[in-house]
Amino acid sequence: MASVEVRKVHKRFGSVEVIHGIDATIEDGSFVVLLGPSGCGKSTLLRMIAGLEEITQGDISIGGRVVNNVPPKDRDIAMVFQNYALYPHMKVFDNMAFSLKLAKVDQATIQEKVKRAAGILNLGEYLDRYPRQLSGGQRQRVAMGRAIVRDPQVFLFDEPLSNLDAKLRVQMRTEIKALHQRLTSTSIYVTHDQIEAMTMADKIVVMRDGHIEQSGAPLQVYDKPNNLFVAGFIGSPAMNLLAGTLKSKSGARRVETDDGVALPLPANAPGSEGQRVVYGVRPDHLSMGNGAGGLDIEVSVIEPTGAETLVVGRLGMAEVQAAFRDRFAFKPGQRVPMTPLLDKIHLFDAGSGQRLT
Amino acid sequence: MTDVAADRRLGKRPARDITAWDRLKVNRNWLGAWYMVPAAAFLLLFLAYPLLLGVWLSFTDTRIGQAGEFVGLENYEWLWEDSVFWMSVFNTLLYTGVASIIKFAVGLYLALLLNRHMPFKAIIRAVVLIPFIVPTVLSAIAFWWLYDSQFSIISWTLRQLGLIAANINFLGDVWNARWSTIFANIWRGVPFVAITLLAGLQTISPSLYEAATIDGARSWQMFRHVTFPLLTPIIAVVMTFSVLFTFTDFQLIWVLTRGGPVNATHLMATLSYQRAILGGYLGEGAAIATAMIPFLLAAIMISWFGLQRRKWQQGGSDG
Repeated sequence: MASVEVRKVHKRFGSVEVIHGIDATIEDGSFVVLLGPSGCGKSTLLRMIAGLEEITQGDISIGGRVVNNVPPKDRDIAMVFQNYALYPHMKVFDNMAFSLKLAKVDQATIQEKVKRAAGILNLGEYLDRYPRQLSGGQRQRVAMGRAIVRDPQVFLFDEPLSNLDAKLRVQMRTEIKALHQRLTSTSIYVTHDQIEAMTMADKIVVMRDGHIEQSGAPLQVYDKPNNLFVAGFIGSPAMNLLAGTLKSKSGARRVETDDGVALPLPANAPGSEGQRVVYGVRPDHLSMGNGAGGLDIEVSVIEPTGAETLVVGRLGMAEVQAAFRDRFAFKPGQRVPMTPLLDKIHLFDAGSGQRLT
Repeated sequence: MTDVAADRRLGKRPARDITAWDRLKVNRNWLGAWYMVPAAAFLLLFLAYPLLLGVWLSFTDTRIGQAGEFVGLENYEWLWEDSVFWMSVFNTLLYTGVASIIKFAVGLYLALLLNRHMPFKAIIRAVVLIPFIVPTVLSAIAFWWLYDSQFSIISWTLRQLGLIAANINFLGDVWNARWSTIFANIWRGVPFVAITLLAGLQTISPSLYEAATIDGARSWQMFRHVTFPLLTPIIAVVMTFSVLFTFTDFQLIWVLTRGGPVNATHLMATLSYQRAILGGYLGEGAAIATAMIPFLLAAIMISWFGLQRRKWQQGGSDG
């Protein structure tokens, strides 16, 4: 067990700086997800922790020991790769045993450790097969088995589920989470899939362009996004973001969009009169009906998913999405009144993109 | 119900039995066979016919300008007693064996080197290919000058350095000539091996090396447990071709030594040419050439079994 500490870490490839001084703490035994769009530097950060990329500047320590100059095999980490990186010419058993063989562990211990890992992952009957003879999910499990066998202090996952089909991804998501609960080793998991992040993480670190935009517990990030980027990135379907100006009219505060739509605000809403803001409301925080401050939305598309109904419509010139647990049969062009839940409104400064508190 | 009048209006002809010819006309395999005819004709005319003619000639006493008669195995019996022939067999095996092993070792080393990140990689790769793209005869002539008994730059350099007193007789001494021709062949053959193995190396996913790094493999262990096993299919192909090309080499020897001194560098191919074309004994030359076939077949068989898809390559897909 060990915590991982990232202090003022920079990474440059030639003259291009891809990570700009990141600080992060990954607590002992926690499951931390590095989340961000492709090119945000999350994989590079993970690879620096693994020791596959050099650290240009700053320190990374694992279990209190600075590992900048420690070779990967001595960092007490194991990594699961996106394409699994199984050795195609070795059987499953040998794939899992490879690190132990290199470390000159005796045969009996190798047998025992591999069998144990195979037991955890239900791979027992496949030990005698080659990777090509396995399905995607099984290969994924072998890759995890190879990591488990090493008994590492820190597990590193580099988008391990992105090569799987949707159904298998959901299943493996659960398996990885269950595995973490069982092994309780520190895990760092890189993904661009915010659903994976939300469902698996103890803590999410949202990254963009080599910076950390926000880190915190999944629901905290979901409920109180620090800025417009996080607000738009976390949550599916994405939060509705409408630009406008803060105004007061007969004592009630509201945001007026440029095409004249008035968006309701709670009385204690932050911000000053006349400030340019972005008004954010999640699709599931719009309720049907014409309450106080109701909005007149023109339906353009209805997307029933079975569990929910997603209504895509127009509010003024802007596109708005709303999700309902009930089933509605609106027709395109129909005008439907909807009301935002006032205590679920997010306000961001239009200039800086930062959350107004 | 069939409306006969409607059928007639639509121009339908009265039904008749479908003949075998009708079936053949729409048979895709039949069409496919026709598409293969040009290639098959080409192969038969330019490969199978000369090969069979050569084998046939080896059973006759044909000379240039004189149609021969069937003489059975007489040519082969003659060769069996011929010490020059046996020397050419020895030379060919030595030439092929030594050159192939060194070409493989040097080629693999170069490929591993070129597979690393290094400055001017593209230029270096292009330079490595030069011996391969220069026509054999040209490079042979260059070697001829390098090995010249009077004007050799190698001898000159060594003399200037004070390492030797007299010029080295590269092509005039039996073993010197053998090693010199082998060296020239290696120089010419290394690029092919290196570039092909490099192509093979580049198909190995970098993440395997990263996984091996994390698993704790040193560079030698990485080569031994990851690179080499994954490269074996390519190695089998490359070395088959390399052995075949070396075994049947002709140009290099002919330009450098014409088989001399005293037949010390005669390969089976050059001896065959000398006896058949220069000496005029087509039957005997053909017999020498035919005698190469078992060796070549053996080389092909070895690689055939080496090339068979290994178990780890079978089944499933990459998906």
